[in-house]
Amino acid sequence: MEITELSLKQLRRGITRKEISAKEVVTAFLRRIDRLESKLNAFITVSAEEALREAKKFDQGKKRGKLGGVPIAIKDNIITKGLQTTAGSMILKGFIPPYNATVTQKLLGEGAIILGKTNMDEFAMGSSTERSAFGPTHNPFDLSRVPGGSSGGSAAAVAARLAPAALGSDTGGSVRQPAAFCGIVGLRPTYGTVSRYGLIAMASSLDQIGPMARDVGDTRLLFEAICGQDSFDATTVAVNFQARVKKPKVIGLPKEYFGPGLERGVRQKIDEVVSSLEEVGVKVASVSLPHTQYGIPAYYLIVPSEVSANLARYDGIRYGLSIRDKDLTSIYFKTRGRGFGPEVKRRIVLGTFALSSGYFEAYYLKAAKVRTLIVQDFAKAFKKVDLLLTPTAPTVAFKIGEKEDPLSMYLADIFTIPSSLAGIPALNVPVGFGGGLPVGVQLIGPRFTEPLLFGVGEMIEQLVKR
Amino acid sequence: MKFDISYIADLARLYLNSAEKKRLSPQLKSILSYVEKISELKTENIPPTFQTIEVKDAVREDQVGSKQKLHQKEALANTPSKRKGFFKVPKIWEV
Repeated sequence: MEITELSLKQLRRGITRKEISAKEVVTAFLRRIDRLESKLNAFITVSAEEALREAKKFDQGKKRGKLGGVPIAIKDNIITKGLQTTAGSMILKGFIPPYNATVTQKLLGEGAIILGKTNMDEFAMGSSTERSAFGPTHNPFDLSRVPGGSSGGSAAAVAARLAPAALGSDTGGSVRQPAAFCGIVGLRPTYGTVSRYGLIAMASSLDQIGPMARDVGDTRLLFEAICGQDSFDATTVAVNFQARVKKPKVIGLPKEYFGPGLERGVRQKIDEVVSSLEEVGVKVASVSLPHTQYGIPAYYLIVPSEVSANLARYDGIRYGLSIRDKDLTSIYFKTRGRGFGPEVKRRIVLGTFALSSGYFEAYYLKAAKVRTLIVQDFAKAFKKVDLLLTPTAPTVAFKIGEKEDPLSMYLADIFTIPSSLAGIPALNVPVGFGGGLPVGVQLIGPRFTEPLLFGVGEMIEQLVKR
Repeated sequence: MKFDISYIADLARLYLNSAEKKRLSPQLKSILSYVEKISELKTENIPPTFQTIEVKDAVREDQVGSKQKLHQKEALANTPSKRKGFFKVPKIWEV
């Protein structure tokens, strides 16, 4: 079998047993990147030389770890010491981080080798990876279509075997939706389980780093390597996941997720999965999450508000693009005007407005209250069922350029935003194809039920294979 | 609702040219009329959720650990303008 077809676990085993060297593995993936990258544009930076050097060092050394010698791609909003990190923005072009994100450090500590930094919508604001300052990424299943976003580079890289696994980040669906569009597995972990230290902030009450891989087992392996409390991120908590594994008795189908907006091909695949789960004895019940329709409106007040505050740091003084001028204020205005792309500007203006004097209560505060109603929706549902099963996205991957109107792009995340707002974990599992393009199912559980999601995800993987 | 894009962009220290303002204004108005949907809900007695994890103030000893050290040279490595170990900016002089 070709090296690039091997799973993360197979690669690690092969390297540990010295059947294959880390250098051979890295070389195989770099060759494939060489061959396909001009078509896909999945990476902003490929760290070929560094990766080869680290692989040689690994082969000669005694260091092992959970990811010993295995190459991993990292979304370009996660900082990597000495390796350009742009968050897909002109304003950070050429930025070389002086330290590592906690997750980067953890991957390196487990022996992983960084293959490169993947493309993304600028500052993770988007659902298609078209809004990268470094050009769009193309879907490996159909180059005229988007890979989803904002972690579209990571998803395309894993799907096209340019990397065995990758890290993404998910604020409103940015790991799950591209995973669905590219036919791979992606987890948005429970808020607080993975450190965001060194993740370039977009909306801090929602941002989470998540693993992406070709199967559930590899996704779990990567999740275990990156999770854990971190004194550098005060929002992280200590959790013992092992103690919380249980088998699901009842899976809930929220009726609001199966409405007229759901594409037929997607619906059909999801129905098939539900039937095969029932065939093996899983009970399925209909539930209601009545505030689902308020998810996107609340999200597009909360996120721009937090964006406008978080992105105030890009001032052209300490790092990144700087348009020099005679006075300080002009440097700020011109640097930000030149460095940010259209969607980022849209959200900064929207958020600044929502937080401005006289509007705070009607917009941000009101949205935060609606968020409580959405949290309560899920809590009520989880009294009746162990987890929820939904489509991850209402459609399969759409065409590049199809969603020019900002609002239509926002609606692409309709099924991933509510669980983001609630801070609960959700996993995309690929379940086949609709019209030749991948379809994904989303499993949503109560907080800290990642082991349950992985367990049911593996069950679905087996059922789909049959 | 009064939406003055020039005023808001000024608050955000964000230069927008006239073409951008012309394009952004109707887009933002349409997004705002969409998000207005939340005003349908009665929320007088609902507490806000600003984040979803019960974290109290997380405190630690006020000591610099070995992992936290960022040398002056590293901190200044990405700035376009520095002088004698400082970030250099134009003088701020208000009269």
